[in-house]
Amino acid sequence: MSQEKHHIVSYTTHGIVLAVLLLLTAASVAVTRLEMGPLNTLVAMLIAGAKAAVVLIWFMHLKFDNKLYTIFTVLVLVIFLLVMYVTFFDYSYR
Amino acid sequence: MSETTTSTKHVSFLEYQGKYKGILGWILSTDHKRVGLLYLYTMLVFFSLAAILGLLMKLQLIAPGYTIMGPQTYNAMFTVHGIIMIFIIVVPGLPAVFGNFFLPIMIGAKDVAFPKLNLASWWIYIIGILVVLSSQFIGGWPDTGWTFYAPYSFRTPANVLPALFGAFILGFSSILTGINFVVTIHRMRAPGMTWFKMPLFPWTLYATAWIQILATPVIGITLLLTVMERVLGVGIFDPALGGDPILYQHLFWIYSHPAVYIMILPGMGAISEILPVFSRKRIYGYKAIVLSSLAIAFVGYFVWGHHMFTSGMSGRALYAFSFLTFIVAIPSAIKVFNWVSTMYKGSLNLQTPFYWATSFIFVFMIGGLTGLVLGSLATNVHVHDTHFVVAHFHFIVFGGTGYAFMAALHYWFPKMFGRMYDATWANTGWVVFFAGFLTLYLPMFALGLQGMPRRYYDYLPEFHGGNIISSLGAILMIAGALIIIVNLVRSSRHGVKVSDKNPWGGKTLEWETDTPPTLENWDEIPTVSESPYEYK
Amino acid sequence: MENHTEHTSHVHRDDEGDKMGMWLFIFTELLLFGMLFLIYAVYRYKNPVAFQLGGNELDVFMGTFNTVILLISSATVAMSISAIQKGNKKQALALLSVTLFIAVVFLVNKYFEWGAKIEYGLYPGGDALLELGHGTILFFGLYYVMSGIHALHILIGIGLFIYVITQIRKEKIHSTDYVWLENTGLYWHLVDLIWIFLFPLFYLIH
Repeated sequence: MSQEKHHIVSYTTHGIVLAVLLLLTAASVAVTRLEMGPLNTLVAMLIAGAKAAVVLIWFMHLKFDNKLYTIFTVLVLVIFLLVMYVTFFDYSYR
Repeated sequence: MSETTTSTKHVSFLEYQGKYKGILGWILSTDHKRVGLLYLYTMLVFFSLAAILGLLMKLQLIAPGYTIMGPQTYNAMFTVHGIIMIFIIVVPGLPAVFGNFFLPIMIGAKDVAFPKLNLASWWIYIIGILVVLSSQFIGGWPDTGWTFYAPYSFRTPANVLPALFGAFILGFSSILTGINFVVTIHRMRAPGMTWFKMPLFPWTLYATAWIQILATPVIGITLLLTVMERVLGVGIFDPALGGDPILYQHLFWIYSHPAVYIMILPGMGAISEILPVFSRKRIYGYKAIVLSSLAIAFVGYFVWGHHMFTSGMSGRALYAFSFLTFIVAIPSAIKVFNWVSTMYKGSLNLQTPFYWATSFIFVFMIGGLTGLVLGSLATNVHVHDTHFVVAHFHFIVFGGTGYAFMAALHYWFPKMFGRMYDATWANTGWVVFFAGFLTLYLPMFALGLQGMPRRYYDYLPEFHGGNIISSLGAILMIAGALIIIVNLVRSSRHGVKVSDKNPWGGKTLEWETDTPPTLENWDEIPTVSESPYEYK
Repeated sequence: MENHTEHTSHVHRDDEGDKMGMWLFIFTELLLFGMLFLIYAVYRYKNPVAFQLGGNELDVFMGTFNTVILLISSATVAMSISAIQKGNKKQALALLSVTLFIAVVFLVNKYFEWGAKIEYGLYPGGDALLELGHGTILFFGLYYVMSGIHALHILIGIGLFIYVITQIRKEKIHSTDYVWLENTGLYWHLVDLIWIFLFPLFYLIH
């Protein structure tokens, strides 16, 4: 059977990861108060992206699992972002 | 299939007696081969239905004005014809039938990775079909065309909901099949079968499965939003509520263009299996075919806009989509060169599957080259929404996928049923069908160039001549289809028994199992050492 | 990927394959929500002011609260996998119960949040909403659709957690066979992942 060695992530690691995520959330709410114009959205998306990456890497075990899943995930994100990019060829120049 | 412990040695899967008897032994069977045949039989039924609708439309068009139906009936006909042919026949098409049946055998596995999920896909497929067809009994047929364009799809008084919801359910079936195949190919290849020793049909199924996984949810959410818009009045695409109907078209084609590759890629894979066998020659450019399949799957995501050249997109988007469309033509052309080169100086074995495969290349090239006419901005504006488009996509979807399906069916038939069809009737059917097909669709190119629009039950008198030829072609083609179907159905029961494991002399693994295969395909999982097309 | 699973005629078990299936399913979900984000991006690009005004109508505290508890539940479900790997059934059950509880709380919050809006008439087809401009109608349409489909996923998650908890109780899931728990965890993280983007896009527009 496929009982390869599994990496057991410690509670401490999970705790640290959670703390980082909560800090990022707090930061995200805090920067909303600053008036930066369109930069606000960019910062919000960057923070959300960082949080998503943390969830993917630690909570979803991409760091410890077969590298194949990381490759798949990156590929899917690339396809999604390209679809978004190509769609805006229409909306940005209409 | 794993619940029984009795020895299953050398009992064909057709005769194998599991937990259930009779029809239950089929519709509750998780055997990938039985599931594949369930899809085949279902498709046969619904293909016949949709083909009859198509024939009725052609009969309506044999003369201008009211011939056998009025405009609303005609609208309903092309809508239901489209929905059945696209969502029920060609999208599941080769993967659901031959993928299910042969993918595990060709990679030396006993079943797919998730056999229960596989059976569930078929059940979801059946439920989706029933929901789509329920519109006939509750509230009448939809009239939007298979594309359900906004805002008409939520304004029309016709009954669109069952079709929308049914297509949504069919999407689930497609996704589950895709997931099943990707995991099967990653995890269950026989020892020694490295990626580049895998036959080409599994390769194209792999590329297809990824499109099924990544594109089908797009149509899922789009149809769901249309349902919400129609039922709950949520403002998403409705211009009266600020929405952008062109965004609906974007989303629809973000799925439906890759879906074209869901339809055609496995067909290309099947052709790549058949040609080496009947040319007794190694496939030319194995890696080129593999890589071009992956390239098609990837680039195919970004060309959807060529369906919308006249919808009012920005100029830059037009150029971008036109450019990308020309790019995606390249890998398809590479494959055509590979196939032709495979036949070159081979010792050709002229049998029915070979006829279908070569005619596939012929019609696929006509379809592909007329696709370039549609991909160029200037000519597109001229022929958009004319019969030219109808002819083009029937050459690709019906000429491509349909011919590949028939080629695959005639190629694998003896392995699937343990009996051989009557070759004379099979060849006769092919000749009649091929002649009918060309007579039906070639005049449509001319009609389109002359300016005859699609989706109208009526036309101007100057289009009469072309339409008569086309309608006669339809009758001829249906006659050919009847010959083929009757011959195959009859032969599956009464044909000459085949006990030879390898009637065509193929080199891939499915020709090393029993004919027809036993329940678990292999007594012992084979070990693979050489690439699949080593003809001496 | 060159290691191959053994085949016995009785049971075909392949945990890695099961997990791969789950990942592929997650990708379909990502694309499904991805398209909703695409619609959001297009309409926000076309109606920047209306989206800002719409965002101001949402309760930042409520949104932040839901974000925080959902992150905590993600951590607890991740910990429960560690617990089961160590063979600590009791801890795993406790952690999963916390997750389940949080999922219910999230839905209760959503109920009140939606309820308040609907009372104002701020719902698709509602009088108050139709009086507002096109952009606001789109904003609230997307708000209900996106948070609604997300809530549906929470609901499915609750079902999964109940199933997993009973399976652990029955010792069907244990330290050498826990792929069901692992996949449920992956699913739950996906739900979290979606919310991570929904939160700033709806509640934190300024």
